[in-house]
Parts: sequence; C-alpha cells; structure tokens
Amino acid sequence: MTESEAKNAIIRLFHVYRNYGTKNALVDVTLDIYKNEFLFISGPSGAGKTTLLKLLYFAEPASDGQILVDGMNLSRIPRKNVPFLRRIFGIVFQDYKLISTKTVYDNVALVLEAAGQNRRFIQKKVKSVLRTVGMEQRLHALPPSLSGGEQQRVAIARAVVGDPKIILADEPTGSLDADAAGFVFGLLKSFHTRGATVVIATHDRQLIQRSGGRVVHLNGGRLVETPAI
Amino acid sequence: MSLYLKRAIDDIRQNRFLNLVTIVTIALSILIVSAFVLFFINTSDLMSAWKKGVRIMVYLKSSTPASEIPALQQQLAGMYGIEQVNYIPKEEALNLMKNQMKRQSSLLENLKENPLPDAFEIRMTSATQGWDRLEKIALQIENLPNVDEVEYGRRWIGRFTNVINLFTLAGYALGTLFFMAAVFFVANTIRLVLYSRRDEIEIMRLVGAEDQFIKAPFYIEGIIQGALGGAIGLVALFIAFLFISSSVQPVSGAQMLQVRFLPLPLLAGILVSGMIVGWLGCFVSLKQFFK
Repeated sequence: MTESEAKNAIIRLFHVYRNYGTKNALVDVTLDIYKNEFLFISGPSGAGKTTLLKLLYFAEPASDGQILVDGMNLSRIPRKNVPFLRRIFGIVFQDYKLISTKTVYDNVALVLEAAGQNRRFIQKKVKSVLRTVGMEQRLHALPPSLSGGEQQRVAIARAVVGDPKIILADEPTGSLDADAAGFVFGLLKSFHTRGATVVIATHDRQLIQRSGGRVVHLNGGRLVETPAI
Repeated sequence: MSLYLKRAIDDIRQNRFLNLVTIVTIALSILIVSAFVLFFINTSDLMSAWKKGVRIMVYLKSSTPASEIPALQQQLAGMYGIEQVNYIPKEEALNLMKNQMKRQSSLLENLKENPLPDAFEIRMTSATQGWDRLEKIALQIENLPNVDEVEYGRRWIGRFTNVINLFTLAGYALGTLFFMAAVFFVANTIRLVLYSRRDEIEIMRLVGAEDQFIKAPFYIEGIIQGALGGAIGLVALFIAFLFISSSVQPVSGAQMLQVRFLPLPLLAGILVSGMIVGWLGCFVSLKQFFK
C-alpha cells in the first residue's frame, strides 16, 4: 500500500479478530476503506459482515487487532468519546431500528437532538432529508404503520441527517421488493455522490453488479479474494 | 431543556400507571412525615406557651427572720435567668387562698395560726424556658439559706417533654423509613421504564446520544413525580388539618392552643424534599442501568 493510499483511508483494520467464546466471527481481517469510497462487503449469511460493521461503530470491541476510524484508535477510545465516534457514522440497520413509539419526524430528529442542534435547524434539516427520501408526507406517522420500504427510507433519512462522513448499511435491500430496493440503492448512491463514504454489507449480487464499487468478500469470518461477479 | 421536559412528559404519559403508583407512594410518605412535623410544631408552640407561664415558687423556712428577706429577694433577682421576684408574705398567701376557696373559705376561719410559709414567686426570662435550665436554677435556689422548698410543676412538664421527645424520635424514624421507601419506589418505577425502553435507549446510543442526553428526561420525570407527590401529600395534610383544627379550636378557647399549619418556608422545604426523593430514585436506577 502506498503512503498516499494510507493517508486517504478513513477506516483501517489491522489483523482484527472477533470471537464469541470458541466461535471465530472474524479472523485476521486487514482492510482499508478510503474516503468517498463505495464499498460492498459481500458474503453469505453468517460470514461476519454484520459483525465487521458493529466493530466499526464500536457496538462491540474487537477481540484482537487494531481499528482506526477517522484517526481514532478504537482499542483506546474512552467510553465518553464513543458517542462522538458514532456521529461520524450514519447507520442503516438490517432491522431498521426505528423507535416504534416516536413519529417519523422524531426518529430522524433524534440524531440532531443528540448532537445538540437547535430546534429551528432540526426542523429545517429533518424536513429536507425526509423530502429527499420521499417521506415528507408521513412526518407524523408511527413506524409500525409504514411499509418495509418506507421504514427503510426513514432509516436512511436518520442515517444521513447528521451529514455523516461514513454511511454503513447492513443489508439495506434485504427485505425489499425490486422497486423499493432500487429506490433505496439510488438514495445511497446519491449520498455517495455528495461526498460520503458508503459501506454496504450485502449478499445481494444484483445490487453489487449494478453499483460498480469495490467489493470485498467475507467467508467464515475471513477476507477472501474478491470473487468475479 | 424544553426538549428534555417534553420527553419527560411523554414518558409520564406513556407509563401512566407506574407513575401514578410512584406519585401516590411519595404523596403518602410526605403526608405521614409532614403530619409528624405539624404535630411537632404545634406541640412545641404549646410547650413554649406553657413554659412562658411557668413560675417557680420558693417557700421559706418558718424560722426565717424578716430582716433577711429583702437580702434574699435581692439575691434571687440577681440570679441568671430570673426576670421578676415577688415576695408573698404568708398573710397575703392566706388571703389569696381564702379568695380562691370562696365558699369553703370558712374552713380557714378557725385557724389559730397561719400554716402557710412566706414565699417568693419567680418569673423566668425567655432564655431560661428550656427544661434543663429551669431545673438547674431551681436546684440553685433550693441550696440557698432559709429556703425550705422549691416548686415548679416539674412532674407534668417533665412527662410532657418526654412524650414530645418520643414523638420527635418516632417522627425521625418514620421520616427516614418513608424517605427510603419513596426512593425505593421511584427507583423501581424508573427501572421498569428503563427496561421497557431498553431498545429505544440502545438506538439512541447507536445514533450518537451521550448518556446525559438519555438520562436527563428520566431525572426530570423523577423530579416531576416528587413535586406532584409532595404537593398532593401537602394538600391532603391541609385538608386533614382543616378538619382537625376546626374541632380543636372551640374546645381550647385559650390562645395557648392556637393550632397553626406548616409555615411557608417549611412547605417549600417539604416540596423540595419530595423532588429530591424523585431525583435520588432516578439516580439509583440510572446508575445501575448505565453501569
């Protein structure tokens, strides 16, 4: 790896391991993810894709190895700095993780409220982002009343509303029909165009084929040669 | 702040039953503790009113020469804590007795000799209204020459003081007990709310919320519970006070038994205590949850 490539990396993993008891979820993973990159992490179910993403936003610590995110070494990050690490990311969870008792607006606004933004800014920004994802008509709806595609769009709105440097999406089209998947993928592409680094964990080969981004493949917790798609 | 308040109120609305149970518990605790405080205040008033009226009667030996009486009176008047010393010669005492006995005064007519001793009636200053001080002064007087006996109603005042002290002690014990019970209830309510919302809290953390952002509404919720519980408890106490005082006043008649409700600063103090209970309950459960 050249020095300029290393400087351009926003995420670096060095010989990362993650074990759950005797089960190895990730084994010796070394990977650089570059600024404004559109990266797919592919692999079958149970390959360790979700685990890898969780290590990045420190939902879980690595069992061994080093992870650097935007210059922060996660093996030495103090507990009080974890919220600031997570604000670097916009995360689209596989199961959406929307708060069912809060409206669409409140779910998206939560990110900016947590970051201490003022109310006027929050109103403007949330409405604008919901317009971008086509959910401006459902501001006051509760998540259980939305379809899967709509919930995914709200989840994306929440992920991007804080203008994160990195968007992590875990199987973003996994439970969507072709049209909804196309729309969601288009959204992620548009945020990448605006400068965000996008990392998508997926086993959807069609989605990968359409993208043209770099693909890394996980199998049994190990990074393997990128297979031809 | 308004955002935290809004979230706290939303939480209370969503968990109405749990919050109601907590508020009622705090209200009951405040009611019982405040009732003790109210009782203590009024009995203290009563005691000080009685103590103000306390006088020491000093009876002289029959052998006391009349020439030594002015010197003794002067000596008494010079003692610490004594406001006024009146000399009551035995003749005056007998006349007073006759006046008090009215119809039965004829019984005293056939007396060949006045059986009553010369005496001093002593009024105390307000500084010596404490029971211990009064007892010390009485002992000092008893040791003076020519003094036969000193009387100051020690038995009943002493007994009453003991009863008051017992009630005060019971008040403190119950107060502590109810304080702990109320903190326990608030802590449990908040714990249940926290567990029912653990997914939501987890999501907040994942999107970058600091612990303080998550905790603040719970603290406000606890303080609101404490304030509401405190206010309800005090209102209930006031209603009970109105009922009781309306039945006490006509009986007493005397100004001495003028019962009064808790003064404003104390009311504010009790309300703040309720809020502290709420805050403390939150503190306990949040500390455990965020460990």
